[in-house]
Amino acid sequence: MVKDLLLEIGVEELPSGYMAGAIKDLKKNLVAKFEDKRLVYGKIDVYGTPRRLVIHVENLSETQTDAVIENRGPKKEIAYDAQGQPSKAGLGFARGQGVAFEDLEIRELAGAQYLFVSKTEKGEKTINLLPNIMTDLITELSFPKSMRWGNYTLRFARPIRWILALYGNELLNFTIENLNSSNYTYGHRFLSSGSLKVQDINSYFQLLNDNYVILDQNKRKELIWQQIKEVADKVDGSPMENESLLEEVTYLVEYPTAFYGSFSTSYLDVPVEVLTTSMIEHQRYFPVFNQKGELLNGFIGVRNGTDYNLDVVKAGNERVLKARLEDALFFWNEDTKLPLNNLTEKLDDVLFHEKLGSLLEKVKRLEKIALYIGEQNQLSTPSKITQAALLCKADLVSNMVNEFPELQGVMGRYYAIKSGEDEEVAEAILEHYLPRFAGDVMPQTDTGKVLSLAEKIDNMVGSFAIGIKPTGSQDPYALRRQAMGLVNLILETEIQLDIPAILGKAYQTFDNITLINNQEKTVDEVYDFILQRFRGVMLERNISYDVIDAVLAVPSNNINILVEKSKILTEFKNSAGFEDFMVVFNRSYNLSKKWNQTDFDENLLVDPSEISLHKAFAERKDRVIGLFDSGDYLAALNIIIQLRPYIDEFFDAVMVMVDDENLKSARLSLLKCIADLCMNFADFNKIVS
Amino acid sequence: MNFQEIILALQNYWAKQGCIIGQPYDVEKGAGTMNPATFLRALGPEPWKTAYVEPSRRPTDGRYGDNPNRLQHYYQYQVILKPSPDNVIDLYLDSLKNLGIDPQKHDIRFVEDNWESPTLGAWGLGWEVWLDGMEITQFTYFQQCGGFDCHPVSAEITYGLERIAMYIQNQESVYDIEWVDNISYADIHHQGEVDYSHYNFEIADIKTLTTMFNLCEEEAKLVISKHLVLPAYDYVLKCSHLFNLLDARGAISVTERTGYIGRVRNLARMVAHEYVKQRKSLGYPLLKDEKLRKYLLADGEVS
Repeated sequence: MVKDLLLEIGVEELPSGYMAGAIKDLKKNLVAKFEDKRLVYGKIDVYGTPRRLVIHVENLSETQTDAVIENRGPKKEIAYDAQGQPSKAGLGFARGQGVAFEDLEIRELAGAQYLFVSKTEKGEKTINLLPNIMTDLITELSFPKSMRWGNYTLRFARPIRWILALYGNELLNFTIENLNSSNYTYGHRFLSSGSLKVQDINSYFQLLNDNYVILDQNKRKELIWQQIKEVADKVDGSPMENESLLEEVTYLVEYPTAFYGSFSTSYLDVPVEVLTTSMIEHQRYFPVFNQKGELLNGFIGVRNGTDYNLDVVKAGNERVLKARLEDALFFWNEDTKLPLNNLTEKLDDVLFHEKLGSLLEKVKRLEKIALYIGEQNQLSTPSKITQAALLCKADLVSNMVNEFPELQGVMGRYYAIKSGEDEEVAEAILEHYLPRFAGDVMPQTDTGKVLSLAEKIDNMVGSFAIGIKPTGSQDPYALRRQAMGLVNLILETEIQLDIPAILGKAYQTFDNITLINNQEKTVDEVYDFILQRFRGVMLERNISYDVIDAVLAVPSNNINILVEKSKILTEFKNSAGFEDFMVVFNRSYNLSKKWNQTDFDENLLVDPSEISLHKAFAERKDRVIGLFDSGDYLAALNIIIQLRPYIDEFFDAVMVMVDDENLKSARLSLLKCIADLCMNFADFNKIVS
Repeated sequence: MNFQEIILALQNYWAKQGCIIGQPYDVEKGAGTMNPATFLRALGPEPWKTAYVEPSRRPTDGRYGDNPNRLQHYYQYQVILKPSPDNVIDLYLDSLKNLGIDPQKHDIRFVEDNWESPTLGAWGLGWEVWLDGMEITQFTYFQQCGGFDCHPVSAEITYGLERIAMYIQNQESVYDIEWVDNISYADIHHQGEVDYSHYNFEIADIKTLTTMFNLCEEEAKLVISKHLVLPAYDYVLKCSHLFNLLDARGAISVTERTGYIGRVRNLARMVAHEYVKQRKSLGYPLLKDEKLRKYLLADGEVS
């Protein structure tokens, strides 16, 4: 027989950012507990609102599944005495297990014989197990930050104020510190009053609904988005689609009502990003755009309640936003009073990292690295690069970025335009942070590309040079993201860079700073770190792991060469000649892999097959290497294929491992030469066919 | 309701809840939390309930009397309930009703806010309380104070009096708040905002203030070494305010900032430590649970 289970943890308003994680963890933890306790159930739903976390289990069996328990006892020779009678140890084990000695079995385990008991444990009644399960579920739930309250020692994200626990129609009794479970709940904080008795689980959901609580977060979210769209329709606009904002709002209300508010068009002089950030970050409003994609002088808020007295709510929200925008306008006016380069000097006061100097020092390093990259690749001009580098961090000391740190780069671009800077320089200020995450837009201007590369390289080299590198899940400076951004940018732009050379240059720009690791170690570690990200990026681009590993085994300082080689190898692997190639490689490699000589006297070769193999190899070797060097990899590989008949003939005709040491050595060296020629391109030994 | 009626209503309400109605502390400070009736009383096991108005100074927020929402001197209404009662949110909401703010007619939200004061070595979790989108209250459950774990936990309710008054009186500018009949907030405070903004941003002598900071820090250490808790704490407050002034004056670089904050926090910790020891040596007089009192007094050293 089965019954439903309902647990409601009633709380003071939980942080919206914790909700998704708490819902997931509650389900995961409960599944594990049910499994551990051998409880069979139909379905588990977990719901969350600001004031409650709710678990609803359908069809939870009323008894635990019976279990066959098997325990190992003492060894047979200890369990019986010399007369073959049960020993004290044997009898003691039986007694301890609560069975007669005769019911024990002898089983063999790892070559020895042991007493074994096998007994059936009758499943307990679920209702007796649930109080402990519920208690543990609540007390073990963890949050990014938890707290204590009152005189109690229990920790939770915010204080727990009631616990509703029902199994079928029965109250589950348990106590956690001052909290006794009950069959009472509470409705909406303001639209329902007092406690509500829950008659049975089915009526609970209706009861909440009647008391202005839309329990199911997915329904609530859908409803909110639908309301927002309807409100936006009335002003012929479309709301900004912002999933994280929508989710946050969903967990801020139990009963949503969306409304439209407006502000004076005079604030539209402030950049759009400032207005939308202020609306979203400060007030959790949805910005609205007209059909042309221009920001409207309005916003959509979501009230936690009905439309009763909504005009007052709307007016209050409008007034608050007005004050916020007034501040934003003040910051905008203050920041644009002086040209942007005035702020660069102030960067001397701002620490980049305590061991890596100020932001002004960083900016000067960026200039040097970017100039070098620009020069090497004929990108942008020295004057643009210098100007962009010197301005790219200036907005960090502006009023606006101080208020909205996420607008770094965005404001710098606006301020540069206002200051009459070159258009490309202004773009580069924003672009040097790009890409900020996987799939983000890439810098479009040459100055932006160069500066973005320099920024990432400086971050990585500086951190590694003072011993900061990501370990496991620890990556406080987001260096993985930096490396990933660098790799993606180099791949997207197909820019040809000698990365270790640039890393070395970057290292030297820290000349006035005491570093922990030397240049060689730092460059090696950073490049290795970049290549690891590169491997990940290639895998994401559906290059198979054996191909990328084979290519990575032959070092190159230019990852775009590695990309090219991966593409060729993937193509080659699927071509008709690949099998022949692998025969040439495998037969020459397998025997010679432990051989480390390639010099030999060709006059030692005696058999016609080996003389012709050597000739065939010698005729082609320089051409193949020439083609590899010029990047015509496929042509080179196709020439190696031609060695197949000679190899086959050689192995048919001779034994390599002959007694004549000189002859054996010559043959192995010849094979080694052929294998090495293949290895010029990639380590084909890593290829999985 | 005029400004002082709002204050009186809160005083009456919290007096009825058993709070000691305190008075502002007579040293400059950035927030009601820094009043010893909060910062020190939140430490240790003794229960405590108080409510008071606190004039608070944030020199960097000065706007020469031009901005309708920002002031370098403003008023907080501070409530401390230790231990935090189980119905503390209901008590708070009732205080709003008492001011004529009916939650049903508005949108009241509790939005996550993690409060931290690096200078006091204090932090807590709670909310910003929003009234129709406007933050009117900070609600915090103290978890640590002066580096000590708080047990029991105090609930701190800090009302922004000007914001509430603007809302109740439907004013767009803080200066238009009616203090009493025919006397506005501007009449009382506008010139002060102008003068202090000039002083904080332009006139304050950096060298003098730096010297004063160093002197106050030395004095605090000297007084702490003599185990005189409150006199020592006064100098911690002075250091904190001098730091805020230097900051507004633009005299503290980001690099130096961390150092200054660390110095004030260090003093705050020393005072907190002395206070905890002192209360214990006094036998926790406010602890009425005799069994618990004896148990705690027998308990090991204050660390």
